[in-house]
Amino acid sequence: MSEPPPDTSLLVEDLAFAYPDGHQALFGVDLRVERGERVALLGPNGAGKTTLVLHLNGILRGGRGAVRVAGLPVDRQHLQEVRRRVGIVFQDPDDQLFMPTVGEDVAFGPRNLGLPEAEVTARVAAALDQVGMAGSADRPPHHLSFGQRRRVAVATVLSMHPEILVLDEPSSNLDPAGRRELAEVLEALPVTMLMVTHDLPYALQLCPRSVVLDDGVVVADGPTRELLADTHLLAAHRLELPFGFDPANVP
Amino acid sequence: MGAGHGGVLGAAYVPGSSVVHRLAPHLKLVAVLGFAVVVVATPVHAGWAWAAYAGHLALVLGAAAVAGVGPRRLARGLVVEVPFVVFALLLPVVAEGPRVQVAGLSLSESGLTAAGGLLAKATLSVLAATVLAATTDPRALVRGLERLRLPTVLVQILMFMVRYTDVVGGELRRMRVARESRGFRGRHLGALRVLGPAAGSLFIRSYERGERVHLAMLSRGYTGRMPTGPVAAVRAGAWMTALALPVAAAAVLACGLLLG
Repeated sequence: MSEPPPDTSLLVEDLAFAYPDGHQALFGVDLRVERGERVALLGPNGAGKTTLVLHLNGILRGGRGAVRVAGLPVDRQHLQEVRRRVGIVFQDPDDQLFMPTVGEDVAFGPRNLGLPEAEVTARVAAALDQVGMAGSADRPPHHLSFGQRRRVAVATVLSMHPEILVLDEPSSNLDPAGRRELAEVLEALPVTMLMVTHDLPYALQLCPRSVVLDDGVVVADGPTRELLADTHLLAAHRLELPFGFDPANVP
Repeated sequence: MGAGHGGVLGAAYVPGSSVVHRLAPHLKLVAVLGFAVVVVATPVHAGWAWAAYAGHLALVLGAAAVAGVGPRRLARGLVVEVPFVVFALLLPVVAEGPRVQVAGLSLSESGLTAAGGLLAKATLSVLAATVLAATTDPRALVRGLERLRLPTVLVQILMFMVRYTDVVGGELRRMRVARESRGFRGRHLGALRVLGPAAGSLFIRSYERGERVHLAMLSRGYTGRMPTGPVAAVRAGAWMTALALPVAAAAVLACGLLLG
């Protein structure tokens, strides 16, 4: 296997995986994400999106194929470093925010990395600032609105300075204002991003490139606007645009 | 749909800025534990025991007054004592030994003394714990326990309880609203056939949430040890303030032992 060039953030090669109960979720997935790219991972429920995401930081392992994060193979020896490099923001912020206060939660990752306390404090402040939540460090998570919790969840992985940010359904359950605020935050972040979503307009807004996953294989990979204009492709993989939405007419 | 502010656990806490509120949580824990130990060590059979209990009571009420914890809040705290009260009320009836007649009931003398002592000790300790709970935010309480070197697994369990009580409570509330919106009334025994599965599904949901939380923790480099931030040093003066309660109680006990 040749060494990937250093500007590849994420390289997934021929990844296949079956759960212990025999259900096979992935049948050979290939995916390459270059540094600085924002890529949407689209696909219907049960397509294997979550299974793929859990392979990116080594929560799931042991199938065929390989995953590399900025050149580093995802295996047992490199688990801690891989989990620093891959920042996953899970769908339910109440799962992600488990510490008593926002600040302690954002500090959880950096402290696990064993960083000195001054550095931890600086990273917490910077990460909260990046998501527009500066000054909320001492608040308990359950006092925040859902949109604020989602943004804090993004901060909890930003504070680990990830190579790639992986978002699982970032726009789910958000009201339109929360959705727009999150989009503004995500658009301003200077990191590689892989966004798992059903929300096709959101994918178009934030990600120039999209990958469609269905039945455990990548069935399409290209510019988001082109993919969303392909009605046959969308129909074949249970993807639907909201009523009245025309990707060709979006600026 | 966030849980309401404060929630179930937050209800115990009465915000304020008194001396007691500002004390570091681990100092207050030590003080309350020390006070309880002194109270329990006060012998029930001594002639001066009740004078000593009155002294302890004055001390704990004084602490409550300094902390600005009202009588109503103290009374609410005493509710947890109810099982002890039931047990204490049984003691005079079932205990052996010489008996006295009270309102037509034959009661054991030693049982009466034991019951009185039990009630007095439990009430005093619960009052002190209520002052602690009313002046210390639950999150601070957990940090205090951590600082007192409680095993990290226990601290983590308590911490997750503090964090997720409101989340699980919110789920419970939504399930109840959904049930009642479809005409359910849980007023008869048959309702158990509905409430049982509901409790089961809440358990499954919470269990699955636990798994998801664990996953999120692993994804951020969790290795079993909860990383903690820096802790502020405690001045000797703060220790003196906190220990005033147990030391004064010990003085009461010493007076009893020497003079009585």
